[in-house]
Amino acid sequence: MLGKTANGLFWMYRYLERAENTSRLIETGQRIALTRLGASDDQWRSVLQTAACEQGYDAQYEAVIKDAAIDWMLRAGDNPSSVLTMVGAARQNARMVRTALTHEVWEAMNGTYMRLRQMLARKVAERDLPAVLGEIRQGAALVRGATHGTMLRNDIYNFARLGTFLERADNTARILDVKYYVLLPSLMHVGSSIDNVQWETILRSVSARGGFRMEYGPDAGPRDIAKFLVLDRRMPRSLAFCTRKLRENLGYLGTSHGARLPSHGMVNHIETTYLSHGIEAVFEYGLHEFIQKQLALLAGLGRQIEIDYRFFE
Amino acid sequence: MCGPSKASQMTETPIFDEMWGNDGQLRAPYGRFQNWLESEDPKRLRAKQREADDLFRLSGITFNVYGRSEAEERLIPFDIIPRIISAREWQRLSRGIEQRVRAINAFLFDIYNGQEIIKAGRLPREMIAQNEAFLPHMLGLRPPGGVYTHIVGIDLVRTGPDQFYVLEDNARTPSGVSYMLENRETMLQMFPELFSRNAVQPVQTYPMDLLHSLAACAPESTHSQPTVAVLTPGIYNSAYFEHAFLADQMGVELVEGHDLQVVDGRVAMRTTAGYKPIDVLYRRVDDDFLDPLNFNPESQLGVPGIMDVYRAGGITIANAPGTGIADDKAIYSYMPEIVEFYTGERPLLENVPTWRCSEPQALAYVLEHLAELVVKEVHGSGGYGMLIGPAASRKELAAFRAKLKARPANYIAQPTLCLSTVPIFARSGLAPRHVDLRPFVLVSPAGIKITPGGLTRVALKKGSLVVNSSQGGGTKDTWVLED
Repeated sequence: MLGKTANGLFWMYRYLERAENTSRLIETGQRIALTRLGASDDQWRSVLQTAACEQGYDAQYEAVIKDAAIDWMLRAGDNPSSVLTMVGAARQNARMVRTALTHEVWEAMNGTYMRLRQMLARKVAERDLPAVLGEIRQGAALVRGATHGTMLRNDIYNFARLGTFLERADNTARILDVKYYVLLPSLMHVGSSIDNVQWETILRSVSARGGFRMEYGPDAGPRDIAKFLVLDRRMPRSLAFCTRKLRENLGYLGTSHGARLPSHGMVNHIETTYLSHGIEAVFEYGLHEFIQKQLALLAGLGRQIEIDYRFFE
Repeated sequence: MCGPSKASQMTETPIFDEMWGNDGQLRAPYGRFQNWLESEDPKRLRAKQREADDLFRLSGITFNVYGRSEAEERLIPFDIIPRIISAREWQRLSRGIEQRVRAINAFLFDIYNGQEIIKAGRLPREMIAQNEAFLPHMLGLRPPGGVYTHIVGIDLVRTGPDQFYVLEDNARTPSGVSYMLENRETMLQMFPELFSRNAVQPVQTYPMDLLHSLAACAPESTHSQPTVAVLTPGIYNSAYFEHAFLADQMGVELVEGHDLQVVDGRVAMRTTAGYKPIDVLYRRVDDDFLDPLNFNPESQLGVPGIMDVYRAGGITIANAPGTGIADDKAIYSYMPEIVEFYTGERPLLENVPTWRCSEPQALAYVLEHLAELVVKEVHGSGGYGMLIGPAASRKELAAFRAKLKARPANYIAQPTLCLSTVPIFARSGLAPRHVDLRPFVLVSPAGIKITPGGLTRVALKKGSLVVNSSQGGGTKDTWVLED
């Protein structure tokens, strides 16, 4: 496979994953705002932060206002992380690697782009927001489903998966990075409604409220949420799950290319050093420091994959 | 011009309609189609026409318009009424096409190795020596298998039941074959019943034929299965869809200049596991941009040093550099002589009579009859920079006359042909529109292969003779029936 194609696949799936994650963050923010459970301005600032859209927003607007924040994250052309920009970039990458994709995947990607471009051509009215957010998640699910159902399990698939899981791990880490303080034992007020809202926000941001309650029971607290998002291998958005997937896909590439490369060592290091102990060890390390460390390691891993597989030269 | 025209001295020629003939009698190849059409509800057909547009948009069969914003992708309009050609008509045409393509290839070999045709006095020396399309780098160079034009498109027009003309030869990088294939796919999906009733010769083998044809032209030093790749200028090129489509259908890599590098005397592509040499490069990049070391030094689209590898026999470039000399519009006027010189046979396909404005007598005639003629730039393409006399205003004629006088050698002129029509599905029902036809031809040492049919381009505007997609033309599925 061409290095350029590996790069295109990697980013196509990264952008798609990010668009989906951003839509989920908006949905969570909107729900919290509507149910009047949180202090709303803070709420939207942390959503912007988590979606990595805060700096650009602040350069454009003086204050954090819901409508402006949503519009910025959904469709602003000058926001490189807006959903519309992301989906456009995913589709552009898909066009570039068209020969590596099946018809089904390409048509799912192109169709999603065409529908969203239309839905996001104008500012989205509040009453249309649920439908638009649903369309983004359905579109992403369609591409992912077509990928699972029709793509050969070869290096093309591996690079697509690397992009998906690197972005997803990064996203989960960013959610934790912004909200870590509500999970710290020192600030824990058991049963306080503010904390409940914050915890629910975190769980909704990863579409895992039901799963968490089912597995950890009704009395589960912040420590369990941290464990769930960092270490639980059953949870498809946890750091441990994503890292294992990264390790597996790099492993397949190692086999098909017949070479063990530096990125393979890096992912093993992340997994064994940071994600193979109990949650106590994480808190001992310091939750915030731990998350910061993960973000840095993930960024480094991404760069190393680019080098190892000659994305650029 | 057909029918009433501004040029009063022209006689009116009846338009030949390929479905209804000159006299309104349904022509045989359309018999079964017409039966079907009569039983169809126009409303359903209208819905089908919309469905076709959606199918094209979803599969991304778009082209980028030169000079427009990078993001703009447009559909080439597709018309659901097929153009139908009988087996007998096609046999005659394909014999003529094969003869012409053989001659073009022999001509190129001769021009770059010996120039017998000039020595024999059949072609003026200056037609080559002063021609921008002539590539001195190719002198004495023998491409693998002796093939110059691996992929050729011959543009044909029709003026009567048995009257076909070659409008131009495309020997550089003919495009449009993806539309031929996708048009058929779309028709199969929308009207399967039509294909049960009509035995239509298949076109779907083209990508594999292309792959085999290219592989058969690999350099002699190639031992195992040749590695083939398609070279594209990139996603902003107007034909990018086609490049990706063909690479995908052949199952080969689609590369850009920056993916390639000369490594150990071979042209190699950067893969995730290192550099891998390429044996045959189907390039969709113009000669001038192919190699910044040998041609345009500003080019970012090519591969530095590829010409040196080529010269050393390390790679096959399809089509070979320098083939433009064979489809140059000034050379075109010599094609009857060229066919005869190399095949020893009478040309089976006719040329459109052509005045070379570089010749004083011809120029005088053209200036006098400008309002009746079509005038083209010698090196132009895509329908740009041409004059259609009968359709031009007095002012346009005067402006063009001045251009002609200033640079006569830059132009050729031809009579305005009364192109045949085929009905399109217009809002008001079926309506005749002018068409041309570009069959696609593959050349390898194993032989010449012509896909039955080709790309029919149709001028969607009533009365218009310009079929180019950049100027409002559309396409149709083209059927060649079985015997």
